[in-house]
Amino acid sequence: MFDLTGLVVRHGNVVAVALPSWRAGTGEHWLLAGPSGSGKSTLLHVLSGLTAASEGRVVVAGADLGAMAAGECDRWRGRTVGLVPQRLHLIGALSVRDNLRVAQRIAGLPADDARIQALLEAVHVADLAHRFPRALSQGEAQRVAIARAVVNRPALVLADEPTANLDDAHAAAALELLRTQALEAGATLVVASHDARVRPLLPHSCVLRGASR
Amino acid sequence: MIGRLALAYARRRPLATILVVLLLSLGVAIVTLTLLVTHEIEARLTRDAEGIDLVVGAKGSPLQLVLAGVYHADVPPGNIPLSSLADLRAHPQISEVIPLALGDSVHGYRIVGTEPSLVAHYHGVPARGALWTKPMDAVLGSDVARATGLDVGATFTGSHGLADGGGEHAGQPYSVVGVLAATGTVLDRLVLTPLESVWNVHEHHSADRHDDDQAAGKPRDKLPSGAVPGSSVHDDAKAKAGTHEAPREITMALVRYATPLAAAALPREINKSTALVAASPAYETARLLTVFGVGIDVIRSFALLLCAAAVLMLFVALAQALDERRYDLAILRALGGTRLQIAGVLLIESVLLAGVGTVVGLALAHALAAALPAVFPPAAPLAAAAARFLPLEWGVVAGALVAGILAALWPAWRAYRLDVAATLADT
Repeated sequence: MFDLTGLVVRHGNVVAVALPSWRAGTGEHWLLAGPSGSGKSTLLHVLSGLTAASEGRVVVAGADLGAMAAGECDRWRGRTVGLVPQRLHLIGALSVRDNLRVAQRIAGLPADDARIQALLEAVHVADLAHRFPRALSQGEAQRVAIARAVVNRPALVLADEPTANLDDAHAAAALELLRTQALEAGATLVVASHDARVRPLLPHSCVLRGASR
Repeated sequence: MIGRLALAYARRRPLATILVVLLLSLGVAIVTLTLLVTHEIEARLTRDAEGIDLVVGAKGSPLQLVLAGVYHADVPPGNIPLSSLADLRAHPQISEVIPLALGDSVHGYRIVGTEPSLVAHYHGVPARGALWTKPMDAVLGSDVARATGLDVGATFTGSHGLADGGGEHAGQPYSVVGVLAATGTVLDRLVLTPLESVWNVHEHHSADRHDDDQAAGKPRDKLPSGAVPGSSVHDDAKAKAGTHEAPREITMALVRYATPLAAAALPREINKSTALVAASPAYETARLLTVFGVGIDVIRSFALLLCAAAVLMLFVALAQALDERRYDLAILRALGGTRLQIAGVLLIESVLLAGVGTVVGLALAHALAAALPAVFPPAAPLAAAAARFLPLEWGVVAGALVAGILAALWPAWRAYRLDVAATLADT
């Protein structure tokens, strides 16, 4: 699914991520572990094409990200990668349904209301479709964010600290939902987390050590 | 979807959105209204002066001569001998001369002694009745008939002078023999009669006054020159002899050149070699519009200031919104949005607000133009302008949209340059 070789990401003089090699197969579920500040989020951004590698080669779903033009990479990301950011961040000006719709349209895909409806039902928020994000609970917002990440049937789903600030029950539910949706989409799942509760639930793991000068 | 998102953002800030739209609407409305007013005035002045190359009258201000003779908006500077008419008609560089004799009015509308060629010049045709055939016949312009209620068969007496309030020529009634169809020119606001009517009324008036003055032992007042053709110059010898025959006069003559070359020499020739003044309506009107234009420019500058304030407010609102939406925009990029699409959200929002403000402003201007004549009757010609969309108004639309784009340029540039990874990591 993706193949990282000799990856180095620098922020100024600081090496934010250094990873000699990481290869993941299609449909595999991975934990990206490491302490806070170890570069987990940066590595997710590299995999999604939002951050360019300073050194090394990044190939995701057959695309060499280093060789892609910026606009081309944006379009590729919209169709290939689903991202669940740590703050979830649904767009407050749009309803739940429109949050999913905008994900389809901005990726250049036609609106597929049937897909949206099915997903909202799958994550148990169909009755909240017309609500705005400010009216959702944390758990509801998380389910919507996961639905938005998989609405375009991405090949790769990236989740950044999806269990942070959740109690055990909600953390388990969120992770289960991610796994189920990734499975249904046939997507590779990478969950960046330093939460020990996550480790036993994901079969593969990659551990980052931290930044260095 | 980008448009829908822009609309959703605009809806989320109702106060700022309404204020921007309101300010821009007011600015656009005032600019548009000044355009409608100036266009209507210029069109009307052009229509009224069309085909008149020169106005020849008594020595005085050329502008006054044009205002009095073409637009009937001022008193004439004086009268000229009737013999001047023959001289002008005999001139080889002149193709047409229309005499005008002014002096009286009815309900504020001017009674103009003239010839049928004046009606023909403005393409006037009788809507009812016919043109005059004898002295004291009167033909009403369409506005006069509507405002006074006079119609064919009615009689009226003129008031002395060119406005309401002058003494009436009670013994000299006019008979309405025709009402002209509307022409959209000054003809609509005139009462037309043969030259002889004006001469008759004023000779009779002068004789009456002269007799009254003699009976009272008072010296005879000299009537204001220019106001009463045919009676302003009284030969004292004739008056003493008891006759009131005076050299006939007219107030002025409207002249059309036989050849464009006449424009170079004829006015100078008339001004130098005769006691007359030749004034060019085109030149004098342009002078008038220059003076008039200063006032319009002041109003327009105020309106543009309003528009600039609206654009500035739009800019501030978008710049503030950008800070509030940084994470939204980063998410949109993470979902596959290109830099251009993200910048486009702000640009579309700005253009959308500018567009709404413009449409509301244009509608407001046209509604005002339609409603203004009801409360301010002199603005009646604006009613016609209210139903027309001037090509210049496209300029207002384009200007407002460009202003909308300019207001969004810097916020859109910042959105374009947004560091997505840093923003998403900024928790």
